[in-house]
Amino acid sequence: MDMLQIIDEGGTLVSPDLLPGDETLLALYRAMRRIRHFDERAVVLHRQGRMGVYPPYGGMEASQAGTTFALTHDDWLLPTYRDTGAALTYGLPIAQVVLYWRTSPHGWAMPEGLKVLPFYIPIATQYPHAVGCALAERMQGRSNVAMAFIGDGGSSEGDFHEALNFAGALSAPCVFILQNNGWAISVPTSAQTKAVNLSKRADGYGIPGVRVDGNDIVAVYHATREAVERARRGEGPTLIETVTYRVKPHTVSDDPGRYRTEDLTKEWLTKDPVVRLRAFLTSRGTWSDEHEAALVQEITDEFEAAVLEADSYGEPTPSEIVDHVFATPTPALSEQRALLLEEYGA
Amino acid sequence: MTLTAQKTQTMTMVAAINDALKLALSRDEKVCVFGEDVGVMGGVFRATDGLQAQFGPARVFDTPLAEAGIVGMGVGLGLAGMRPVAEIQFAGFLYPALDQILSHVGRYRHRTRGRFSVPMVVRAPYGGGVHTPEQHADSPEAILAHTPGVKVVIPSTPSDAKGLLLAAIEDPDPVFFFEAIKLYRSVKEEVPEGYFTTPLGKARTVREGDDVTVICYGGMVEVCTKAADAAREHDISVEVIDLRTLVPMDKDAVLASVRKTGRAVIVTEAPRTAGFHSEIAAVIAEEALDSLLAPVVRVTGFDAPYPPFTSVEDTYRPNPARVARAIKSVLDY
Ligand SMILES: Cc1ncc(C[n+]2csc(CCOP(=O)(O)OP(=O)(O)O)c2C)c(N)n1
Repeated sequence: MDMLQIIDEGGTLVSPDLLPGDETLLALYRAMRRIRHFDERAVVLHRQGRMGVYPPYGGMEASQAGTTFALTHDDWLLPTYRDTGAALTYGLPIAQVVLYWRTSPHGWAMPEGLKVLPFYIPIATQYPHAVGCALAERMQGRSNVAMAFIGDGGSSEGDFHEALNFAGALSAPCVFILQNNGWAISVPTSAQTKAVNLSKRADGYGIPGVRVDGNDIVAVYHATREAVERARRGEGPTLIETVTYRVKPHTVSDDPGRYRTEDLTKEWLTKDPVVRLRAFLTSRGTWSDEHEAALVQEITDEFEAAVLEADSYGEPTPSEIVDHVFATPTPALSEQRALLLEEYGA
Repeated sequence: MTLTAQKTQTMTMVAAINDALKLALSRDEKVCVFGEDVGVMGGVFRATDGLQAQFGPARVFDTPLAEAGIVGMGVGLGLAGMRPVAEIQFAGFLYPALDQILSHVGRYRHRTRGRFSVPMVVRAPYGGGVHTPEQHADSPEAILAHTPGVKVVIPSTPSDAKGLLLAAIEDPDPVFFFEAIKLYRSVKEEVPEGYFTTPLGKARTVREGDDVTVICYGGMVEVCTKAADAAREHDISVEVIDLRTLVPMDKDAVLASVRKTGRAVIVTEAPRTAGFHSEIAAVIAEEALDSLLAPVVRVTGFDAPYPPFTSVEDTYRPNPARVARAIKSVLDY
């Protein structure tokens, strides 16, 4: 095994000395279970026409929750479209994520007190931003870090490589998460790059690279927490490759049948991160069916309340198209806004 | 249109593009097609469907996810004798490749005094009206049109898409070929079978008319045609000109029509400031001012990023009602 693992596919403890306490284990389980619920419900909301295009992450919950779990709200989070699970774990309200995928402008207005940026749609562009956010924290005398996500596909973009090099050269307090989920839409990692071990890309930039079982949340959390602490101590960036799998389609409108057979996906289902930790907790006697039922009830209630909250935000008005382009609108924009108000009255 | 076959077949625009690529690959071994997801999957819009199966992965292939790499490699392929046809998945994702485009693509012929050139075609779906997420609906054609040494083609019908794409692939210079996502499957028409080219730089008169000229291209042609049809019911005769290619632009067709009607409305879904529409307006002002009976009017998107807010998308993107109001305003002037 060329990657860090603490609990294996069968739910067996393989690295006992790295196991955190029960409280942490239960919190990790809860975080994962919560975002799985969100992901499943989001797909249903889409089918009901209550959410737009949505990129699911089912099967990648450990990779998303285990990484973000290591942050505080003083740290920066730069998630991509698929990292809604990471953002939810960091503390972004569920209603906000629903509003984003409902294409509401409120989905962009990130709440005060959270240093999370709106989901990145253009691939890899977030990586250099993370370097800048991280340096800005240091320049202002703070020890906060910036964590950015990317996919295996995104790690082919120039921005990825430039950011890693910058972060290394400037010793920026960054944690770079590379979720290797096997696919960039239809392109498997094996066709994306000749490289097999993507964490080794860090070597080229003189920074530490760690490869971790992305379906083992305990291992993901362990590796990320170490990287965050290293960054806080001023020891520079780390690249963490979480080896996982995109069980779901690329987005709700993608048909994976065009480019892959179900065999590999079935195999990955046996490595399900939620099932794995639950089996482990159950075997230790810290989890039961009753606990599970209570948790699911709590999460369901939370989700339904959030959807109601999202429903309470109205549709955007036409004049909102030209709002917030500049701090002070240009004369041209003011004219355009007046025109919109005249024609649409809002 | 240089026809070698007269038979026709009903096709959508995306099928016509697929047909053109198939013909180009069959006809010239130097043609190769590449980009993100174009191979096994046949492109996110299926424009390259079946091409890898027919021509093999050496000529039709998936690249890593890196637009600067795709365009930059295309430069090399073109310089060294191939006829690269690259796909950028959405025009809004051309931006990572802008370094290659602005620094190199259009400059090679000039900076080697004709010794080397880049006969590349870059295809990119563009424009709105289909409720896509952020940055999937951009219309960046003006950036390209402003770049010396590159041509810009934007078809609005299946036949034009086929003929213009084949002409673009034959063209010895780099061509950016924007395909309106909204039109991929919404329009069908009889498309001539077999190989033919539609010359770059020749506009098409979509509707003839006497009272006002509406100049448009790509996804806006459908919108303007609807506005023209509605105007006819009010006895207003609108001439609709589909530019087809922005570079080279068919100045003669635009000027002849404006001289005939005396009025011009230019329609685009790109942002308002400094767009290609402003170029058209300037040409009219410079060369047909004496014929104008009213100021030239532009109907455009707004000086804001294209909104992914689906319920207001139809407000951002010009619709027939907005075009009709502009037509009325130049008539009432
Ligand atoms: C610059 C850019 N190019 C292309 C796209 C279109 N696109 C969206 S997702 C995607 C695949 C991304 O794969 P990966 O980085 O592995 O992340 P994953 O979706 O697997 O999480 C592509 C090509 C984009 N969003 N941005």
